[in-house]
Amino acid sequence: MNKLAVNFAGVDFKNPVIPASGTFGYGKEYEEFYPLSRLGGISVKGTTEKLRTGNLPPRIAETPSGMLNSVGLQNPGIDHFIAHELPYLKTKDTVIIANMAGSTAEGYREVAEKLDSTDVDMIEVNISCPNVKAGGAAFGVSCEGAASITKIVRAATKKPITIKLSPNVTNIADIAKAVEAEGADAVSLINTLLGMRIDIKTKRPVLHNNVGGLSGPAVFPVAVRMVWQVANAVKIPVCGMGGISTWEDAVEMMMAGASTVQVGAAVFSDPLAPVKIIEGLEKYVADNHLNSISDIVGAVKPW
Amino acid sequence: MKYTQGSYPVISKTAIAKEIYDMTILCPDVAAIAQPGQFVNIKAEGFMLRRPISICSINKEKGTLRIIFEVRGNGTKELSQIPEGGLIDIIAPLGGRGFDLDLGKKAVIVGGGIGNPPMLAVAEHFGGNARVISGFRNAAAVILQKDFADTGAKTILCTDDGSAGRKGFVTDALKEAVAAEKPDVIYACGPGVMLRRIVEIAKENGIKCQVSLEERMGCGIGACLVCACRTIRDGEEYYAHVCKDGPVFNAEEVIFDE
Repeated sequence: MNKLAVNFAGVDFKNPVIPASGTFGYGKEYEEFYPLSRLGGISVKGTTEKLRTGNLPPRIAETPSGMLNSVGLQNPGIDHFIAHELPYLKTKDTVIIANMAGSTAEGYREVAEKLDSTDVDMIEVNISCPNVKAGGAAFGVSCEGAASITKIVRAATKKPITIKLSPNVTNIADIAKAVEAEGADAVSLINTLLGMRIDIKTKRPVLHNNVGGLSGPAVFPVAVRMVWQVANAVKIPVCGMGGISTWEDAVEMMMAGASTVQVGAAVFSDPLAPVKIIEGLEKYVADNHLNSISDIVGAVKPW
Repeated sequence: MKYTQGSYPVISKTAIAKEIYDMTILCPDVAAIAQPGQFVNIKAEGFMLRRPISICSINKEKGTLRIIFEVRGNGTKELSQIPEGGLIDIIAPLGGRGFDLDLGKKAVIVGGGIGNPPMLAVAEHFGGNARVISGFRNAAAVILQKDFADTGAKTILCTDDGSAGRKGFVTDALKEAVAAEKPDVIYACGPGVMLRRIVEIAKENGIKCQVSLEERMGCGIGACLVCACRTIRDGEEYYAHVCKDGPVFNAEEVIFDE
């Protein structure tokens, strides 16, 4: 029996480890390192209604224990994804999570409707991209905005939907409750934290977009805290992410309340990080005589 | 693009100029498939992002790659401290497109500053059929002149202040070289302003030209879409990615910043 198998929002995953959207493309580039079938699932590059060219470079900056990015949802558009990327991905024996966004509420509806008639296993709705001017985080920072997009996507698809939440809010648990009330099957958190670096020689921000999203180990404690708060506030399952780079991080995130985890920035340093985390979890489950990795979800004993 | 990740021994390390290091890595599986113009993405211990460094020379018989890099910040400083005999963690060879070496018989090869190292592998291919124009800030920054000469190429050295070779920019030397004998192809790597002028000279003279670009990178393999550069594809502006679509581009594809 596979003790890492989890059921998340009605979808069966062979293990709870999923490369995070935006860091993993459509997976092909990582097949040079390991078969994609090793992964619990893949959250593919965020897809929008039309091709987006993304932001001007530079789009990345190193930070202490982390990095900033401002890619700006560059992607070839939903029609290209469905015609040219999805058929290949579906042959890879792993759960395909279509991460999506719209530049308007209508855009979210259009993309969700198109995904509804495909073979994607799950839809992750990005209402929290900090790098685009329209859509993205504009909807994710208020309960009303988050609820309205959830309602639109819910009406457009019968697929399981998880809403990817922004950490750039006062109370993330309230937002989670708002999307749960509109029929979200799960929530994914956290997206990146808005940050900035300045080159003191040129007085220019390092990113051409001036600001960008912070990820990597630097954000991990913030992510653990938010996952814990959200898991305690909602009944739907939580996919936890933000700075996970080791199997110990994954265990910690699951103890905070995450049923599945996503691994993002860590793959830039070590492309094998997701596989090493899976191997670490296998050993952890065996060493601790657990029947299922799910036994540790929310197992934290708060003081 | 075929590539692998591994830790390989550094079999030699030398400081060849102020803050410029020359390393030879024993990595037969990588050397066997590496092409001039490609790069390696190196893990710097304690840093999130790998550092992309161009391949300077490939020795398939010995199974080695040579890289030359400048210490620009804390990450490259960390790399410079990997000792001879120590291990270096690389993802390589990267770059969906290196230099196309079949564009003609006679080449002019131009390198500016730390853009010179990747040009050595090109010079080694052309040998006596190449002229190599190298530009540096000053005499203290000059590297690789003996290596270029050893390929059989004619070398032309320029420095901004005239402290070594001729005083002036590589673009002036290039114009003279083209006027003296028109080559079939120009290959170049260096600062954006230099490349932009080289591309203009190539166009004015109807000479094929390839340039190697750089941009801040994330994954290095085409997944994260960070290293965007402005190009023309099928008549339309397109953000290509240096790591996967390049780092070498045909001159007419690149849109340089004003």
